[in-house]
Amino acid sequence: MTRWVMIADLRRCVGCQTCTAACKHTNATPPEVQWRRVLDMEVGEYPNVKRVFVPVGCMHCADPPCMHVCPSTATRQRADGIVTIDYDLCIGCAYCAVACPYQARYKVDKAEFAYGEPMESEKKQFDPKRIGVATKCTFCSDRVDAGLAKGLKPGVDPEASPACVNSCIAQALHFGDIEDKESNVSQLLAENQFFRMHEELGTDPGFYYLWDKKP
Amino acid sequence: MSPFGPNPWIQRHWDWRAAGNFVFGGAGSGLLLAAALVLPLGPARAVSLPLGLALVGLGLFCVWTEIGRPLRALHVFLNPWTSWMTREAFVGIALFAATIYAFLIPSVQAEVLFGGVALVFAWCQGRILKASKGIPAWREPRVVPFIVSTALTEGAALAVMLALAYNLQGKLVYGLLAAALLARAAAWVMYSTKVLPVLTGEPRRRLDAVTPKLLWFGTFGALALVAAASALPRTYAAPLAIAAALVAIGAGWHAKRIIVTHASLNQGFALPRLPVRGVR
Repeated sequence: MTRWVMIADLRRCVGCQTCTAACKHTNATPPEVQWRRVLDMEVGEYPNVKRVFVPVGCMHCADPPCMHVCPSTATRQRADGIVTIDYDLCIGCAYCAVACPYQARYKVDKAEFAYGEPMESEKKQFDPKRIGVATKCTFCSDRVDAGLAKGLKPGVDPEASPACVNSCIAQALHFGDIEDKESNVSQLLAENQFFRMHEELGTDPGFYYLWDKKP
Repeated sequence: MSPFGPNPWIQRHWDWRAAGNFVFGGAGSGLLLAAALVLPLGPARAVSLPLGLALVGLGLFCVWTEIGRPLRALHVFLNPWTSWMTREAFVGIALFAATIYAFLIPSVQAEVLFGGVALVFAWCQGRILKASKGIPAWREPRVVPFIVSTALTEGAALAVMLALAYNLQGKLVYGLLAAALLARAAAWVMYSTKVLPVLTGEPRRRLDAVTPKLLWFGTFGALALVAAASALPRTYAAPLAIAAALVAIGAGWHAKRIIVTHASLNQGFALPRLPVRGVR
């Protein structure tokens, strides 16, 4: 079995938002829709203040509440753990959006472009199927699938890896198969201390945050 | 919850139209349940059934206006295995069928059937909120008894008005309204005491402000009016009973609107640990 997961090394992320830009470029998301976001958190009080940059998005939970509540079966889960949305089935009720504990889902009701009129690149990538339905990070499943078909290894070969991971200038983002004990992500989790966000809700998220080396 | 993280904010996906489903659907299903319980066969019952269905239909219409792809609305029926929205839709169909059957061919069995289905409909509405894991004020399990009890309260209040309009003996209807009011007050106290501590800021203030309205006016005020109405001659009782019904309905609708649109803080983001940097 395979389960694709993502890792964000919080010690490395510099908050440059390159992953956000790469995601927007690759997936042609409209203004204010960011499937990959980086939160800029300021923690503590002067003079003991820390700044933390936290990449967030769909956590591709093993037990996704968005899928359970979806009345149309548009939200599904692949055998490799990636949570998908069928834009032809979705009715745009946004029940999934209120069920998601990670605010990872978006719905836009009309076509919007960065500068009003669509640019050539936006015209090319515009998909009317995405209007009035839920959208979210796909872990670039099309890139993963195409890469696998070519015999490439997602998370290792850029052509088979999510755009955000490829673009990360600090190698803070990693992608791979957590079921493979030899994979890059398994190695990172073995060597470091990590947590997942809102684990107490029992969704078993597929997004891990590294915060320190193992003692 | 960890102190590290951007604070939660109010969800903007479900607005007054979603609240309308809980407001009108709850009152409609509550009226059908109350009609099955206390309204005898006759003109008041005959009016209560189409009125109840109209309210349920209005609630579902509110949801329909909110969905992004209204022409695909029938896809709502595709996931009865896990989705409470699908289950509500199926129960809604069953409610219409059972109520129309009871309207055309009245019988005790038909009453039990549509009354029971109405109760399940209200329960589905509570479960829809409970399944919303991203919203702490909705996922609290105690929201379910509140949604069901306020539906019955609103339905009993409407039944009181129908009983008055058709000159029926009011004791049984008053009794149902009084019992429902007390049940709703208990459900609210249980729900709000659990949810208020997890809310902050304006949403907490708005939900907290519901308590005096729902308890003092919507429950004890309504109970006093009901008690007075049941003790006085009909001429004097009618305005008091109508006032009690309106107060009971208003308090329930207000509480549901606040829960859906003003107390719906999301989970926010939280880090249980901060990254360790620059120490080795």
